[in-house]
Amino acid sequence: MTKPSFVYVTYIRTSPEKLWRALTDGSLTRQYWAGRHVESDWTVGAPVTFWFDGKMSDSGKVLECDPPRRLSYSFHVEFVEALRSEPPSRVAFEIEKLDAQVKLTVTHDEFEPGSQVFAAISGGWPVILSALKSLLETGRSIFPNSAAAHRAKAEA
Amino acid sequence: MDAVFKALADRSRRQLLDRLHQENGQTLGELCRRLEMTRQAVSKHLAILEAANLVATVRRGREKLHYLNPVPIHEISERWIGKYERHRLQALAALRKGLEEEER
Repeated sequence: MTKPSFVYVTYIRTSPEKLWRALTDGSLTRQYWAGRHVESDWTVGAPVTFWFDGKMSDSGKVLECDPPRRLSYSFHVEFVEALRSEPPSRVAFEIEKLDAQVKLTVTHDEFEPGSQVFAAISGGWPVILSALKSLLETGRSIFPNSAAAHRAKAEA
Repeated sequence: MDAVFKALADRSRRQLLDRLHQENGQTLGELCRRLEMTRQAVSKHLAILEAANLVATVRRGREKLHYLNPVPIHEISERWIGKYERHRLQALAALRKGLEEEER
C-alpha cells in the first residue's frame, strides 16, 4: 500500500449532495476549478475530461463512484506538453457529513518518482478547494472575470 | 480562524508543520525521532494542529499518517491578499531569497 502524496481537508457549510454536484457538474467546476469544465457520465470506467477554453486540459477514467460519499478518478495532464508523457496519477474525494458541515478530504497519489505533475499541482489544490468552499457557502465564484465565466453568462 | 492562529502561535507546533512540509505523511513515531520533544508533547501538539485543520490524518493499516494541510492558511491569505498582490509579493519573496543567498 503506497502512502498518499497529498491529503487536503476542508470543512464546508453545505450538504453532501450539493458538494457532490459541485464536483461532478461542469457548469459548477468552471466557477472554482481555474475555469475548467468537467465532463463525465460518472459511471465506473467512464472517461473524465476537463476542458478549458475549448481545449482538453486533463483526462482520466472514473475508478470509484459512490454518490454522495466517494469519488475517484485517474488524472492525466493533457494541457502542458512537458507533463503529457507522465502516466496518470489518482485523485480521490471523500465526503463526510458532520452536523451542518461537510468534511471534504482530497487525496492525490500514485505519482511516478520525480513526477513533474506532482510539483506542478502541489500549489493548486488549496486554491481550488478554498474557491469551492466560497462558491458553496456564498454562491460567489472567485473567477468572475475568467473567459469561461463570461461564456457561462452569455449562454445563460 | 481563531483556532488556526492559536495553533500557529507556538514554536513547537510550527516546527512540526516544518517537518511535514519537508516530508509529508509521517507517523507520530517518525515525527518524534527528529524532534527534542516527548512523545506525549508531540501527540498533544498534533491534536491541536488537527483541530485547527492544519494537519490532516489518514489511516494506512495500523499506521496514522500526518499531512500538512495548507487549505486554512490559503484561506487566511485569500482574505487579505488579492490575486494581483500575490504576484508582486512572490516577486519580492524571490528577490529577497536571491539576495540572501548571495550574501552567504
